Amino acid sequence: MPADFISSLFVFILAGFLGFELIKRVSPLLHTPLMSLTNALDAIVVVAAIILAGRHETKLSTLLGLIAVAASFSNMVGGFLITDRMLHMFRAGKAKKP
Amino acid sequence: MTAIATQQVIDFSYIAAVIGFILALKWLSSPVSAMRGVLIGEIASGVAVLATLFDPQVTRYKWIIITLIIGAAIGVPLGLVKMTAVPQRTALSHAFGALSAALIGIGEYYVGTPHLTKFEMLEIGLEVIVGSLTFTGSLIAAGKLQEILPQRPITYKGQNVVSLSALGGAIVLMLILMVHPEYTHLFQAMIVVALLFGVMLVTPIGGADMPTVISLLNSYAGFSAALLGFVLNSKVLVVAGALDGASGFILSVIMCKAMNRSFTNVLFGAFGQVQVSAGQAAEERTVRSASPEEAAGILAAANKVVIVPGYGMAVAQAQHKVRELYDGLTKRGIDVKFGIHPVAGRMPGHMNVLLAEADIPYDKLLEMDEINGDFPQTDVALVIGANDVTNPAARTDPASPIFGMPILDVDKARTVMVIKRGMGAGFAGIENPLYYMDKTLMLFGDAKNFVGSIVRELAGGHE
Repeated sequence: MPADFISSLFVFILAGFLGFELIKRVSPLLHTPLMSLTNALDAIVVVAAIILAGRHETKLSTLLGLIAVAASFSNMVGGFLITDRMLHMFRAGKAKKP
Repeated sequence: MTAIATQQVIDFSYIAAVIGFILALKWLSSPVSAMRGVLIGEIASGVAVLATLFDPQVTRYKWIIITLIIGAAIGVPLGLVKMTAVPQRTALSHAFGALSAALIGIGEYYVGTPHLTKFEMLEIGLEVIVGSLTFTGSLIAAGKLQEILPQRPITYKGQNVVSLSALGGAIVLMLILMVHPEYTHLFQAMIVVALLFGVMLVTPIGGADMPTVISLLNSYAGFSAALLGFVLNSKVLVVAGALDGASGFILSVIMCKAMNRSFTNVLFGAFGQVQVSAGQAAEERTVRSASPEEAAGILAAANKVVIVPGYGMAVAQAQHKVRELYDGLTKRGIDVKFGIHPVAGRMPGHMNVLLAEADIPYDKLLEMDEINGDFPQTDVALVIGANDVTNPAARTDPASPIFGMPILDVDKARTVMVIKRGMGAGFAGIENPLYYMDKTLMLFGDAKNFVGSIVRELAGGHE
């Protein structure tokens, strides 16, 4: 098995466990924003799309890369935007307000 | 800068991005710090994208910039949808995420073939299969949530066999490709079969199971990004994908537990098919109904009210009227809380977002475990558009298909009022004995109008 795979597997397992611990602590109140936020973070695949499109190897790979750029970047922009909007709506009760 | 130095800057920007992602999720633990989490997530993603544009492999910019602008132009309206449309928007974004991961994998295949090693082919194959099935599956889910497609489960005989053979077929094609990566038509066939499997996976699943399915698709979208990270040896993708995948997975487990069902049961069980003990429904039972005036009178006389919202509140867009009711009751010194079942609505946290949109303080929104102990001391439990999650048969009737599912114990309140359009059974076609209890009053009508009428009655001075 290639060394790259092994090191990626290490990272994957550590990140997976970390994700578990982090997400367990997210209040159920915020499960919808959690989903839209992780969606926006996941849109980081846009960097791979940019590189595939930018390498310009074949017409097909460039075209696929460009579609992927648009699809993932729309997720990044839309995901952060809606998470931000949702979180603005959550406010504490009057007792907690200054 | 030399190419090597540039590469190092890019690598460090990715490490910074990963730190940002982790902090973003950490700060989401409470509504107080959550805004900070979004900000750090935005900065982290922005830094990573910006750094990538300086990657020496990227030679032509014109189209990349244009497609980034197109992406932003699609993303902004999708970020501005109404809160009631959030479930379908989320499903659509799973589709987009999976689509881009699949397309990149496909691109890498065509660039690499026929010189791919067996192992590379395995990675690409798995990545493209997961990405493709998540893409079509999420589109179907979005269609169901937007009600372009019927929300009822669509099933036929032998469905599970057909679906699983499709998945098996895609995997077999991938295995053949590992030996002969140059058979590009097999690769195309594999994509088509995976796309079909995604359709078959979600079509039989009904609307009430959407919270689980949407979480599961969330997790698949994350894992397809992580697999892409394996293909490209890109650690930032592996981390982001693992975090997203873990998040979706945990949410699916929570949703399954909240319905007392297993993954396989959700995916292959087609809930609507469960045959209800039909004899029970046949016997004529009477219900008591009440007018808005009577309901307002009972509410005004209460000290403690718990409102239980469900999908019906979202459909009727009644959350703002509910807020007026909350204000009206609170003004009279009545203690009003909300009891939220984990699977109320169409996605995890759906009710919380709608009620927060209507400006109801989040410390009044209580989870099932927090609120259930309160019902015996509650004067009025007001159920708005929720059904199965309040069905006491889940506690008492071993013959019920939802027996064992944790529910909100509204039947323990002194008086129960249920706003409902008619006496039709719930989504899953299960009778709800709650409606026939002596302490239950049925308030027949559209949730928004009915709550509005109660609010008017309360304002009219009913003391």
